[in-house]
Amino acid sequence: MTSEQLAWKIRRHGIEMTHISQGSHIGAILSVADIIAVLYNDIANVDPANPIMSNRDRIILSKGHAGAAIYAALAERGFFKVEELKTHYADGSRLSGHVSHKGIPGVEFSTGSLGHGLSVGAGMAYGAKKDNKQHKVFVICGDGECDEGAVWEAALVANHYKLNNLVAVIDHNKMQSLDFCENTITLSPFADKWKAFGWNVIDIDGHDHEALRDAFIKAKESIDKPTVIIANTTKGKGISFMENDILWHYRFPHEGEEYDSAVAELRAQMPEGITDMYEAREYFKEVAATKEAEEQ
Amino acid sequence: MRDTFVRTLIDIAKQDKNVHLITGDLGFGVLKPFWEQLPDQFTNAGIAEQNMTSFAAGLALQGKTVFTYSIGNFPTLRCLEQIRNDCAYHNANVKIVCVGGGFVYGSLGMSHHATEDLAIMRALPDVTVLAPGDLVEAECATRAIYRYNGTCYLRLGRGGERRIHKKIDDFQIGKAIKIKNGEGVAIFSTGAIFDEVVDAIQSMEEHSINPALYTFPTVKPIDRAVIEECAERYDLIVTVEEHNIIGGFGSAVSEVLAELPRPRARILRIGLDDKYSSIVGSQKYLRDVYGMSAEKIAEEVQGILSA
Repeated sequence: MTSEQLAWKIRRHGIEMTHISQGSHIGAILSVADIIAVLYNDIANVDPANPIMSNRDRIILSKGHAGAAIYAALAERGFFKVEELKTHYADGSRLSGHVSHKGIPGVEFSTGSLGHGLSVGAGMAYGAKKDNKQHKVFVICGDGECDEGAVWEAALVANHYKLNNLVAVIDHNKMQSLDFCENTITLSPFADKWKAFGWNVIDIDGHDHEALRDAFIKAKESIDKPTVIIANTTKGKGISFMENDILWHYRFPHEGEEYDSAVAELRAQMPEGITDMYEAREYFKEVAATKEAEEQ
Repeated sequence: MRDTFVRTLIDIAKQDKNVHLITGDLGFGVLKPFWEQLPDQFTNAGIAEQNMTSFAAGLALQGKTVFTYSIGNFPTLRCLEQIRNDCAYHNANVKIVCVGGGFVYGSLGMSHHATEDLAIMRALPDVTVLAPGDLVEAECATRAIYRYNGTCYLRLGRGGERRIHKKIDDFQIGKAIKIKNGEGVAIFSTGAIFDEVVDAIQSMEEHSINPALYTFPTVKPIDRAVIEECAERYDLIVTVEEHNIIGGFGSAVSEVLAELPRPRARILRIGLDDKYSSIVGSQKYLRDVYGMSAEKIAEEVQGILSA
């Protein structure tokens, strides 16, 4: 599988999962999909046959609300059955809306409350250095998440202890829960803030897989600094009517035009060599239809 | 008590290179022996308890046994969610150590009074809560949480506590320690207030009251068996803690008692009466103001017995 194919599948699962579950955060799932696809497909040393091998790279999704993207990537990489994705949000499921590690092979850490992941990652990176372990720690944060003071506590500590094995990726989609970041709490000059905190800063197009791969490789080569990859992204990326519209932070693609258009748009962008996993799965639409009928 | 803790931890950490101590920039003069002798096993995380606690969880998940150290409410309330989500939910091997439970820092003001920590830590699933009563218990508790796999909270006094036990042969997390049997009344004590309780009992004995005495170095899991046994054997159980009366040790004992069939002992909880103290004073002074000095404990128990 290529990272482009995996990214497409993450987006396709994301639409289906939020549609069935009537769950939130499709905008964030679409914006972070490329970062996660490149990381799991091409960069991180992770093994579905041995999810807890000691030299695995650690990946923490600090913006836990985009957890569906991690679940989708892990399922597609063979950590658990793709079928299980349909249980996202459901009664009795282990796939909670915000990413949880309990019983789920491949999830390194549970998050959901913002501003925890980078500190945890810093602790992991510090421990790895103490023991001369070679693995890396990747932490994916949101830009709105950087309102949290603890992010900057972690930024201070990671610089102080020269955690060059720590890589933060900011899914910089410029939007948060209620509005654009700049209308909420000003983050700019964003890259300069990280530079001032002593970090190695790489500013890229977060949907460009080549740029992401290059950035991760450069980050791994950092000698004495932690690296932050500021991945400039678009919230809702790939579905025209979801892009840059705050509505899609919480709204799920409803049955009918929203869902149909989203799927149609994605199908038009489908990379070669894969088919739509849901083409033959009328099950998913049936579930959603039943749910709507029950509500009416 | 804090010196006992540090001495014990140095002893443990010398044997086990995986033991790591992180401070939130506190412990001047106290932690120095640790960082001098074991610099590679020591980290100052700065004045940033939220990061310290998540960082500790991350470090623990890399295989370390991590002790976080601070005073008052800083290692607990300041970073409560980090304890809940990052340590407890992940069963991270993090031991949260607070120096200054209760009114240890009485003169420093309300910000430094740790008087709700037991209640709040106790409410978190997968957090084991210990509050040793003297120097012997402090050493045993430090060793016990080191051996225990999971998140623990250790509430310490500061300095000046006594060695009340000669020794403890079989210290176990979750087990109360019987000091003596008595008649009619059993007193349960947790944490450094044990000092006052011992003195209160002495004065009660002079007035022909002979209470049983138990110390509870573990607040969670609470020793149900001892509570059940005493509920049957005595008419009155008195709990004493240097902590708010709501949610702490007295509440933990009450929860067990309330579920027992009658006849059973009634309960008297001695502690801080759901207040913040704006009064300044030494620990000794504030204990007296809020009814937890030896004298006030004795008076209250005598009062209820003669009523």
